[in-house]
Amino acid sequence: MDLPTALQILDSMIRLGTPLLLACLAGLFSERAGIFDIGLEGKMLSAAFLSAAVAFVTGSVWLGVLAGLVAALMMSAIHGLASITFRGNQLISGVAINFLASGLTVLLGQYWFALGGRTPSLEGAARFQPITLPFAQELREVPVLGLIYAELISGHTALVYLAFALVPLSWWLLYRTRFGLRLRAVGENPAAVDTAGVSVVGIRYAAVAICGLLTGLAGAYLACGLSAGFVKEMTAGRGYIALAALIFAKWRPWQALAATMLFGLLEAVANRYQSLDLWGVPLPVQFMQALPYILTVVILAGFVGKAIPPRAGGQPYVKER
Amino acid sequence: MIRIRTLAGSAAAFALSAAGALADPALIFDLGGKFDKSFNEAAYNGAQRWVQETGGSYKELEMQSEAQREQALRRLAETGANPIVMTGFAFGDVLNEVAPDYPDTRFAIIDAVVEQPNVRSVIFSEHQGSYLVGMMAAMASKSGTVGFVGGMDIPLIRKFACGYAQGVKAVKPDATVVINMTGTTPAAWADPVKGAELARSQISQGADVIYAAAGSTGLGVLQAAADENILSIGVDSNQNHLHPGKVLTSMIKRVDIAVHDAFAAGAAIETGTVLADLKGDGVGYALDEHNAALVTAEMKAAVDEAAARIKSGETPVHDYMTDNTCPAASF
Repeated sequence: MDLPTALQILDSMIRLGTPLLLACLAGLFSERAGIFDIGLEGKMLSAAFLSAAVAFVTGSVWLGVLAGLVAALMMSAIHGLASITFRGNQLISGVAINFLASGLTVLLGQYWFALGGRTPSLEGAARFQPITLPFAQELREVPVLGLIYAELISGHTALVYLAFALVPLSWWLLYRTRFGLRLRAVGENPAAVDTAGVSVVGIRYAAVAICGLLTGLAGAYLACGLSAGFVKEMTAGRGYIALAALIFAKWRPWQALAATMLFGLLEAVANRYQSLDLWGVPLPVQFMQALPYILTVVILAGFVGKAIPPRAGGQPYVKER
Repeated sequence: MIRIRTLAGSAAAFALSAAGALADPALIFDLGGKFDKSFNEAAYNGAQRWVQETGGSYKELEMQSEAQREQALRRLAETGANPIVMTGFAFGDVLNEVAPDYPDTRFAIIDAVVEQPNVRSVIFSEHQGSYLVGMMAAMASKSGTVGFVGGMDIPLIRKFACGYAQGVKAVKPDATVVINMTGTTPAAWADPVKGAELARSQISQGADVIYAAAGSTGLGVLQAAADENILSIGVDSNQNHLHPGKVLTSMIKRVDIAVHDAFAAGAAIETGTVLADLKGDGVGYALDEHNAALVTAEMKAAVDEAAARIKSGETPVHDYMTDNTCPAASF
C-alpha cells in the first residue's frame, strides 16, 4: 500500500470515527457518573434531525448545531428525570429514548417538510465546509510530512477538530478538577459523596447534560457535516458502536479516542477493500463488515483484561433506606 | 405504527358514488419510504397520476418494519381493497402465502415473481437500463475508472451492477469498475453517511462517475459526488434535478407506469408475469434540462444505437439473476 492510499484510508477513518468519538465521550461522562445510557443512538438521531431542519430553515449551520444541542439536551433531560429523579430503570429509559427519537424525527419531519421524514438537502452555509489549515497547499511538497499535513490533518470540518480537542479536555475535566473527582466518585460510591455534602443528584444531572451536549455535536456532525440533510434512521447503529467502544476503552477518554478510531479504521478499510485477498485467502465482504464486532468480542475477551464498569452504574441513588 | 390513510381529496364524492360497484385499489410501499426520491416515490407518482386522471381514491400503507408485511397485506385484503399493489422483492414470499387466502382479490407485485392465479408479477429489465447508463459513464469518464454503489447486497442489485459493468466494458474494455455494496441488511437502503463514504473511497481510487442503486443511501452518494465535483448517476426515478449539472443521467425504471396500469385496470387486472424491458419502455435513461449539457450528441447517438440493438436482440445483455454470474464483474 502506498502512502496516498494509506492517507485516504486514514482520512476516511477520521470522518467515520468522529461521530463515534463524540458519542463515546458522551457515554463516558454519563456512565462515569453512574447513569448507563443506551439512548446515545436516540439522542444523536434527534440532534441530527433538528440540526438539519434548523440549518435548512435558517441557512446557518451554527444555528443548526445549536438546535441539535437543544434536541439532545431535551432527550437527556427525559433520561435524567426518569433515571435520577424518579429512579427508574436506566436501560428501559434509554430504550424508550431510542424509540421516541426514531418515531418523533420522522413524524416531525413529515409534518414540517412533507418529504417522508427527510429534510431537504442542505447547501452552502447551511452545512459544514472543510477547513483548509494554513500552509496546507505550500507544505504539500514537503515529503511525507507535508502530504500527511495537507491530506490527513487539514481539510476536515470544524466539528472534527472540536471532537479531537475534547479528548484532552475531557481527561483534564475528569482527572484534574474537583468536579471531575466528584463525578467519578458519584459513579463509584454516591453515598460517600453525599456524606461529604455534595449533591449526588446535581452531579448526575450535570453529567447527563454534558452527555446531551456531546451527542448533540455528534448528531449535528452526521447531518450537517458528513451528509447534507437528515434521512430517517441515519445514525444506523453508531450509538451502539460507541457504547462498545466505551467498554473497550474501559471508560477512559484517551482510550476512547483509540477505540473509536480503531472502529473508524476498520469501517474505512471495509469500505475500501470490500473483498480483501490476505495471503492468497480471499476474505468475503461480509467478513470485513462484521470485523469491528468480531474484534470487539476478541479483544474484550482476551486482550484488554476485565472491563469493570463504574460500581454504582445503573443504580438509582436513594439517600435514606 | 401502521398508518392507513385514504387520499380522498376534492373528488371524494365522485369516488364514493362509484364505490358501491368498484373497490378502491391499494398501494403498499416498501421500507425505503414513500419519499425516497427513487423507487417508492416512482410508485407513488404513478398512483397520483391515476388519481388525477380518474378522480378516484386509493388506500396506501408504508412499511415500518419487516414484521408488518403479512399483517399489512391481510388487513388491506380484508378491507376489500382490489387490486393491491406492492413494491419490492421482499414481499414475494409473504404474498405467496397470503394470496391463496383471498382468491377474489387481485394482487400486483413489483420486482418479484409470485406464481399464484390472482397475482400479477411485474419485473423490470434493470440490466438493460443499467447497460445504457454504463455506456454513458464510460464515455463521460476521463480516468477510465467508474464506480457503482449498491444498497443491500441482493441478487437484484447485482443485476444492476452487472448490467452497468457490461455497458462500461462495451465502450472501454480496459475500464475499471469499482463495485461496493452498502450492507447486507435492510438498513443499507437508508445510510447516506456510509453511501457518501463509499463514494469518497471510490473517488480516491480514481472513479469519476458513480452509479448509485441504493435507495436513500444513494442520496449520500450523489451528494458526495457533487461535493467532490465528479459525476453521478441516479436510479429508478429521474434524479437529475437533485444536483443539476452533476448528475450525468438516471436509470429510470418505470415503476410509475406499472402502478398506474394496475390501478387503471382495477379489479379486472390481468394476472401473470409482465416483463417491463427496454423494448416496452419499462426502463431507460433520463434526459432533461438538468443534464443536457453533460450528455454530448455523440454519447446520445451511441446509447440510442445500443438501445436499438438491445431491443432487436442483437446485443444481448446478461441478466445476473438467471445464473448468478456476471461476465463483466466479480462480486
